[in-house]
Amino acid sequence: MVDFYGRTFESRLLLGTARYPSPEALGQAVARSGAQIVTVSLRRESAAGAKAGQAFWELVKALGVTILPNTAGCHSVREAVTTARMAREVFGTPWIKLEVIGDDVTLQPDPFALVDATRALVAEGFEVFPYMTEDLVLAEKLVEAGCRVLMPWGAPIGTGRGLNNPYALRLLRRHFPGITLVVDAGIGAPSHAAAAMEMGYDALLINTAVATAGDPPAMAEAFAEAIRAGRRAHEAGLMEPTDLATASTPTFGAPFSPFAG
Amino acid sequence: MRIRLNGEEIDTTAKDLAALIEDRGFDVAGVATALNGEFVPRGLRAETTLAEGDAVEVLRPMQGG
Repeated sequence: MVDFYGRTFESRLLLGTARYPSPEALGQAVARSGAQIVTVSLRRESAAGAKAGQAFWELVKALGVTILPNTAGCHSVREAVTTARMAREVFGTPWIKLEVIGDDVTLQPDPFALVDATRALVAEGFEVFPYMTEDLVLAEKLVEAGCRVLMPWGAPIGTGRGLNNPYALRLLRRHFPGITLVVDAGIGAPSHAAAAMEMGYDALLINTAVATAGDPPAMAEAFAEAIRAGRRAHEAGLMEPTDLATASTPTFGAPFSPFAG
Repeated sequence: MRIRLNGEEIDTTAKDLAALIEDRGFDVAGVATALNGEFVPRGLRAETTLAEGDAVEVLRPMQGG
């Protein structure tokens, strides 16, 4: 079970809801993956009052999963805090996936604004899921600010490059044993997800790799399996790699050897 | 009066935010509102008066990652 601010979940896969070829593909991806948490955003209603997006929201509600709203696209503390307040009203949840973008090319989060926005939101009772770089000191500041969940990127959003900095991700895991750690962004293949879980990460948030797959529901299931496998391997205790070969077959009793007894 | 609604210049006779939401046919319970960058809770829309040049944001759930 994975714990997010006192709520526990069987599934360690969080799914984004964007970029699917159809609403049916999204619904089937959630169902086949067993994901219990999905991310959603807030966007402008058309000024004509067309109620665009209503069908999307009805579909997500019908999935019966827990909603994690995001502040995607915000570039300042003020924008992010206002968006979080709006999300709390619409979705009726204190959870917020806090994104404050600092660079438009890499969509790298702005660590300074992220900490400031986190402090403001925690003071208002929000439970913050910060989308962050893998920086150890930033993580410290966010935990000090009240975060019990951290979401370092694997690689820039939508790139599918996997875990760009496994060393730093391992350090984070070792440094924050009691914090729920989620790799968010950049995961491209189930093997990347398994690698993060083998490191001891608690969960993964995946969107593009599933939504843009040839068969999104099948890919969602593949990710769920990889995450389960990686988690089980972590719990089982992975061997330490070594440089020198060690025979797995016993040498005692080996034939034709004067040394083997 | 002229205001900006979700980035678009519009003319409106609505005196307050609640009236604007009604006039525009928005889903009253399904959207969240902000005036000049500050969140306005649902319960305060009726007492939030609009002025020339105000920037109103009306947001609703959408796909997100």
